[in-house]
Amino acid sequence: MSGKESKLERRAAMATLMADRKDDLLVVPGLGSTTYDLAAAGDSDRNFYLWGAMGGAAMIGLGLALARPEKRVAVITGDGEMLMGMGALATIGVQQPANLAVIVFDNGVYGETGMQPSHTNKGGVDLLTVAKGCGIATCLDVRDEAALAGLAARLKNLAGPVFARVAIEASEPPRVLPERDGTVLKRRFRAAIGV
Amino acid sequence: MNAPTKTVDWPEQLYKTLKRAGIRQVGYVPDAGHARLIDRCRADPDIHDVVLTTEEEGVALAAGAWLGGQRAVLLMQSSGVGNCINMLSLARSCRFPMLMMITMRGEWEEFNPWQEPMGSIVDPVLKLCDAEIYRATKPDDVEGLAERAVQHVFGDERIAALILSQQLIGKKVWTK
Repeated sequence: MSGKESKLERRAAMATLMADRKDDLLVVPGLGSTTYDLAAAGDSDRNFYLWGAMGGAAMIGLGLALARPEKRVAVITGDGEMLMGMGALATIGVQQPANLAVIVFDNGVYGETGMQPSHTNKGGVDLLTVAKGCGIATCLDVRDEAALAGLAARLKNLAGPVFARVAIEASEPPRVLPERDGTVLKRRFRAAIGV
Repeated sequence: MNAPTKTVDWPEQLYKTLKRAGIRQVGYVPDAGHARLIDRCRADPDIHDVVLTTEEEGVALAAGAWLGGQRAVLLMQSSGVGNCINMLSLARSCRFPMLMMITMRGEWEEFNPWQEPMGSIVDPVLKLCDAEIYRATKPDDVEGLAERAVQHVFGDERIAALILSQQLIGKKVWTK
């Protein structure tokens, strides 16, 4: 971590985004660290934790956002998971769902597999520029507490698709493991929102 | 000239089957065999038509749609089946209903030999992914098989593929 660049701690960042969460916020985390971060922030039937399907988080969020326009959907995933499904940003750019936020916790490494650098690290791939180029007008570069608080406030009142890159330090806090049975996760989610 | 023989308009029948099934989201990668069905879906204000960059996006889209209480279908060509394999584990792990309609290449009067490797393994690949296969080779059979695929998928949250054979669609005409 470079001394000049400020980065946020992942668990605290997730807690800030989930603070005072209302029932109409539905959250899809990516497999691995963001699923553990979301579980650590407090379990909810309105979380659809992923334990696989790498590259699919943003598209699950899109299908959900299109189906439930009266609710708000936050996909919160890692840089590696987003890179694997980067075409989803183009697809979301075409659809322009007003109630979808895609938030990438970007630490520049694959934490689950031994901290190997990702394309956003030494390669300098900029997911914000990618999202902007895909036609997502609101792209937020979140590097400090003030910007994070701004993103949390925006999550409570989404207007138009939002993409946010949250600069996260490369740490590996103790894992918090939520339910793993996909059928249970699906059924409790659907029951919670009444479908 | 002979009078035109009565032909079954199977793309229109597929559209009506999707409407009867209450399909609200249609994910697709543009495809000549599905062109008319895609046009019908794009013109329907009650259907979200979602053009994809790769077919696996459509598997995840359909899962999200079901989480939100909507039914979805994924339209693709045979070459897209290979792109979906890992993402189909989402359907199997969570028992998401997954309805796929697949136009075939590489199996009948195919001009382009590069279509053959994937086309020839579509059925076994889908079976390994736990999909039930409904294969249509004649226009008269399409609607009934589509209805059965719909029942299989949404009756009990399972995976099914309606295979529209190259014999049914007709060969792609190549011109210089």
